[in-house]
Amino acid sequence: MKFVDEYRDPELAKRIAAEIARLSEGRPLKFMEVCGGHTHTIYKHGIEDVLPRSIDLVHGPGCPVCVLPMGRIDDAIAIARTEGVIFTTFGDMMRVPGSKGSLLDAKAEGADVRFVYSPLDALKLARQYPDRQVVFFAIGFETTAPSTAVTLLRARAEGVKNFSVFCNHVTIIPAIKAILDSPDLRLDGFIGPGHVSMVIGMRPYTFIARDHHKPVVIAGFEPLDIIQAVYMLVKQISEGRAEVENQYTRVVRPEGNMRALEAMARTMELRPFFEWRGLGFITHSALKLRPEFADWDAELRYEVPGLRVADPKACQCGEVLKGVIKPWECKVFGTACTPETPIGTCMVSPEGACAAYYNYGRFSMAAERDHLRSLSQTP
Amino acid sequence: MCLGIPGQVLEIVDDANSIARVDVSGVKRNVSVALVRSEGIAPGDWVLIHVGFAMSKIDEAEARETLKALQLMGDVYTDELKLLHSSQIE
Ligand code: SF4
Repeated sequence: MKFVDEYRDPELAKRIAAEIARLSEGRPLKFMEVCGGHTHTIYKHGIEDVLPRSIDLVHGPGCPVCVLPMGRIDDAIAIARTEGVIFTTFGDMMRVPGSKGSLLDAKAEGADVRFVYSPLDALKLARQYPDRQVVFFAIGFETTAPSTAVTLLRARAEGVKNFSVFCNHVTIIPAIKAILDSPDLRLDGFIGPGHVSMVIGMRPYTFIARDHHKPVVIAGFEPLDIIQAVYMLVKQISEGRAEVENQYTRVVRPEGNMRALEAMARTMELRPFFEWRGLGFITHSALKLRPEFADWDAELRYEVPGLRVADPKACQCGEVLKGVIKPWECKVFGTACTPETPIGTCMVSPEGACAAYYNYGRFSMAAERDHLRSLSQTP
Repeated sequence: MCLGIPGQVLEIVDDANSIARVDVSGVKRNVSVALVRSEGIAPGDWVLIHVGFAMSKIDEAEARETLKALQLMGDVYTDELKLLHSSQIE
């Protein structure tokens, strides 16, 4: 319980953990935390060490940087290398490897690639440099898609013509469906993403409870939030219920953020299908700009290779993103693949399971080994 | 990017575009409040900010607790603040 003292209310955390142990009665339970933010919290605060050993937390596909396939990075780099373009991106994307280097490499070779904090900063650059073309690399789930949407609406209203968006927004529900349909993994429930749910609300998860009979608890990002969510999941299971519950009521409203959904609907529409790293092509799982916004669509404005590129052979990000293997089970984890020299995306973003495990998870790993050793020593 | 950071609204600086000046741990920057305006946004209110957009209105006690928890996150939070620092939204 190394980190328990850092929790909002350590005593409460210990009490809830004890209650989880009582309710689950040692029955092995596997819960997926869909969101990379949760993965980060879990490792950073050693939550696996606080929970009973019978509870297994597996990490899901909710890290937007991690799920972007290599071909899209290559496309981004192709746009960034176009004469006259200022290519703007969130910092996380800079070091993600494409098939021939990253955006950072392209920058070192002369492409004008810049970090921005917000799509609105990219729009401001466009106003500042009317003779250049400013492209914003839009990535993320429903948490960030509304910001791109509002920025597009403003670009149109103000007639900013030298601004465009390379849209890679993805939607969480189809990815969860793909995981539920995949035979590789048996799950007992989901810790629902907090900030995605702040936008989409609770209703989109209903099918998980209704059709798959698995509980879902939407959770906040602090250690105590996650422990509480696990408790709520275990409680549902012990009472034979499968429902969508909200642990993060202080931020998530049941109906979500209607304004944000509206802005998305006005500017974007579903793609027929989109490739996810590790999960392959998933239908209706990503967004592109509506035809009315064609003038601001970088995909239409620039030549992109648009090729499908296979992941490097050694890379097992796909299995990590589906929760089939733990990060440290990948053969190159911590040796050939580290945050300094990432082979796969999961090692790049702080929300990626491999990076989180590499930075903080080694306590748990040591504990795991000790535990296994003690098991093998008992006669 | 999935990290939401609490900020306190100082004033609405551009009514037409719903841009407000906010204070995030002492860093004063502009963010869009377009997506929470229907909840009624006034100086003194706290909001949860993602990539330059207030996405949810939160109460003050919650904001302070969240800030404390974020400070414990270390690098991830200070990096986010550094990025916010570089922001020049108008
Ligand atoms: S260790 Fe590297 S290559 Fe292996 S799954 Fe993680 S990110 Fe991918």
